[in-house]
Amino acid sequence: MDVDQQTHPYIALHDVPEDKIEIVPGASADLTSVTFSIKEEDHTLGNALRWCIMQNPQVDFCGYSIPHPSEAKTHVRIQTTDSTNAIDSMNKGLDDLKAACQLIQAKLHQRVEEGNYARTA
Amino acid sequence: MALEDRNRVVILEDRVENISGAEFPLSFDAQQPSRSLEELKNSLDIKIVHITATEIEFDLIGVDASIANALRRIMLAEIPTMAIETVYMINNTGIVQDEILAHRLGLVPIMADPQDFNWKLPEDPPTDQNTIVFKMKVECMKNQSAAADETDPNKMYINSSVFSSQLDWDPKGDQATRFADKPIKPIHDDILITKLRPGQLIDCEIHCQKGVGKDHAKYSPVATASYRLLPEIQILEDITGDDAELFRNCFPPGVVEVVNEGGVRKAKVVNARKDTVSREVLRHKEFEGKVRLTRVRDHFIFNVESTGAISPETLVSRALDVLMEKCDISKAALAKAIKGDMSDE
Repeated sequence: MDVDQQTHPYIALHDVPEDKIEIVPGASADLTSVTFSIKEEDHTLGNALRWCIMQNPQVDFCGYSIPHPSEAKTHVRIQTTDSTNAIDSMNKGLDDLKAACQLIQAKLHQRVEEGNYARTA
Repeated sequence: MALEDRNRVVILEDRVENISGAEFPLSFDAQQPSRSLEELKNSLDIKIVHITATEIEFDLIGVDASIANALRRIMLAEIPTMAIETVYMINNTGIVQDEILAHRLGLVPIMADPQDFNWKLPEDPPTDQNTIVFKMKVECMKNQSAAADETDPNKMYINSSVFSSQLDWDPKGDQATRFADKPIKPIHDDILITKLRPGQLIDCEIHCQKGVGKDHAKYSPVATASYRLLPEIQILEDITGDDAELFRNCFPPGVVEVVNEGGVRKAKVVNARKDTVSREVLRHKEFEGKVRLTRVRDHFIFNVESTGAISPETLVSRALDVLMEKCDISKAALAKAIKGDMSDE
């Protein structure tokens, strides 16, 4: 999947690092236990993503940390059961978070359209 | 823990209990299903309380704090706006130094939709697609028609105060036609930028570009963006007579009323939303065991105040767009990282 500025107008893509996500050395061979390092992200994505990944019953553990406050990166650790792996869980987490946002946005637009609120200039 | 208490934060006299939610698969019992998207679809609700030109109050119900907090953080720091980035000082003989004046100008909110402009990289030349230009040329002079004994500087002099309304938009390229129906200007006309006295003048050219609040607060599209959890007052045992009056007075006006039920005065919660959760009620011995203060953990009361460039309901929608873009960008980066790892081996 590629992202371009036309379809993604809000984030300056020229500021997105080349190696935005890296797999931190020390992952298990079957990739059921992996720490991902996400550059230029903080609690905004880290915590929301952690919550989404933890909703997956196949995930045994998920946690995030910001290893050092002056380094703009977030570590996300995922450990899963044998029936899946951390990379698939990460992908699913990102998909679920996006789907959740779509749900909230649809609901918001619906409520704004309905006009069931006080509106003053 | 009782099922209905799972999403309640309990406020006690000296501490707060049950702060973190544990709504995760298998955390309560083995049969509990995952909180899937289907479930979110059922639990999610938004109630808009009011919208004005610059403010929205709405309730976001049924989501986790991490999502609500992500929205709040994005609104503060990651929704782009246009703001003054560079000031070319041609002449400044006023008492406020160049750098201070430039900083004050930078904080003036600009009425322009960032969606109409491109990002400007440091090496990019300014174009009509990425830059808004303002000019400001103000000279202070004596007001010849002022009375001889006048002491008010505003009447004695012309341009003794410089306001944001004196920024003149200088349309470049096709900007004049592109923005014919929504001319670009400072949102407020009455922001005092500096003061001058006769003989002093300011002449400068001002360039605005697109940016985000995490780089500088002047790019933040909101004045405030905050949420609080819905307060709840549970009366466990009837509170009657004079105690009812005392109970009512423990809360801000409009939270608790005293009603007459069969000749007995009784305290009744009418609008817990207005409560400030001061915990005053917990200091009184007579209410021990009769009242319980809680907050609903998945009911967020959002208050968003826009600076005026972007309408408040659009801000919330854009915050969600930003979060979705983050997901897309991370997904693409993850695919790339895995591909890179494979080729290493």
